[in-house]
Amino acid sequence: MIHHIDLSSVLRRSVCALYSNLVTRPTGVAVRSEIEQLVADRPGRTLTVIDFTHVGLLDYSCADEVVAKLLLKVDGYFVFRGLHEAHIEAIETTLARYDLALVVEQIDGSARLVGTVGDAERTAWQMVHNWGRADAPTLAGTLGTAPLDAERLLDTLSTRRLLVRIDTVYLPIGSLQ
Amino acid sequence: MTNVIAVPTSLDDESFEQVLGPLAALAPDAKVLLDARRTEWASPYGLIGLLTLAQSRAVKPELIPPETHNTATYWARTGFYQHAEALFEIHGPVPRTRGGAESQVLLEITPVVQSADVHSVVDRIQERAQKILVSELSIDSQASIRFVMTLSEVCQNIVEHAGSGGWVAVQTYKWKKRLGRRVVQIAVTDAGIGFRRSLESLPGRQPPAPGDRWDDGTALEEAVIRGVSRFRDRGRGQGLAGARNFLGKWSGKLSIRSGTARIAIVPSWDEDTPLQEDLAPFPGAQVQITIPERTAASAAA
Repeated sequence: MIHHIDLSSVLRRSVCALYSNLVTRPTGVAVRSEIEQLVADRPGRTLTVIDFTHVGLLDYSCADEVVAKLLLKVDGYFVFRGLHEAHIEAIETTLARYDLALVVEQIDGSARLVGTVGDAERTAWQMVHNWGRADAPTLAGTLGTAPLDAERLLDTLSTRRLLVRIDTVYLPIGSLQ
Repeated sequence: MTNVIAVPTSLDDESFEQVLGPLAALAPDAKVLLDARRTEWASPYGLIGLLTLAQSRAVKPELIPPETHNTATYWARTGFYQHAEALFEIHGPVPRTRGGAESQVLLEITPVVQSADVHSVVDRIQERAQKILVSELSIDSQASIRFVMTLSEVCQNIVEHAGSGGWVAVQTYKWKKRLGRRVVQIAVTDAGIGFRRSLESLPGRQPPAPGDRWDDGTALEEAVIRGVSRFRDRGRGQGLAGARNFLGKWSGKLSIRSGTARIAIVPSWDEDTPLQEDLAPFPGAQVQITIPERTAASAAA
């Protein structure tokens, strides 16, 4: 089940109708709490698209509360959309503190990883993304590694909620949309 | 007896010490008169520093405004008197000028007490920052966004750490003396508990071992250089780190004075001392951020 959350609407609803900037920690806490509630209202493990399109400024404190702590606290899949360069810089800085990573949907619809990801993980993720789906033997064949190593890579990405595992197949999160 | 302290002709972060030094030697309830008649120029740091000093006094100090018409009206345009009237006993008339009319004033002197004030500061400065930084200081639009992020974070430090309200002001001007270029300057001050006491309030923090150094200087080093915060949360302490990162890319300068120490992240164009200690005690913290105009030469450096 896919859930779309427009952050600027959440900001206006949960903090102040006049705000368009995600700044200050109390604002970040209020916005994250509202997102947590919206996600909790949906049964099961859901995919949530967090849309920054109408958010002006995002400072480090809000990036920490709205993005990093959301990933730490909520058991679900997230795709982040509508981010501009300065948003990404604030998010990357805060993700680095926790060794976290996330999936960003770019303007052209393609996806990329942002945050702390090793080179091998990033390569594996990109391949799964390009193929639309993959299993460990296929990835191992392409990378020239042992199937067990490929499976370990894919499982790491799945545990980090950067891919979805269904039985022995791994899917990009964006493909669930 | 009233103690008269002359405000320097040019009031900036360096010359502010000439006000602070004599004032720090006086009892909090001593009568003080700040004589600014000869003052011809003041940076945002100097102006909000005066407000903060007044806040820290037990007895309302007196103030004689600058005699020079241009200086006095400029102070009015920054919003100084609007706040000073509540904190000082002002002698003589002060000019009445609507704030915001001064093109150099990116943000007139604004009190910061709670998070809503930070939102208000960010909302007010965003459009002007984008316009002035890009057109006058050749700072690109993405960097002007980061400039406002930095402003947001330093203002939040007041709300989260000072334990009292503070002030912020942002201004651009030609910095002939030190740089010969235009700069944009953010000044933030508060009369709160300062960096050392803030860090000492970290839950479970152990007192320093015998022989270990712990003072205002080491507290500033911990907060500014190592990103230590009084909160245990791993996500804390990013604001100053982010500001340092941004300033590094734009040859900016950061200085923070708290208690009896002052730390500075010094770019190549400046010759400031990275850490000064044993200064006159200042209640709370004073932050100054300076970003110079981008020129072809500075971009290539």
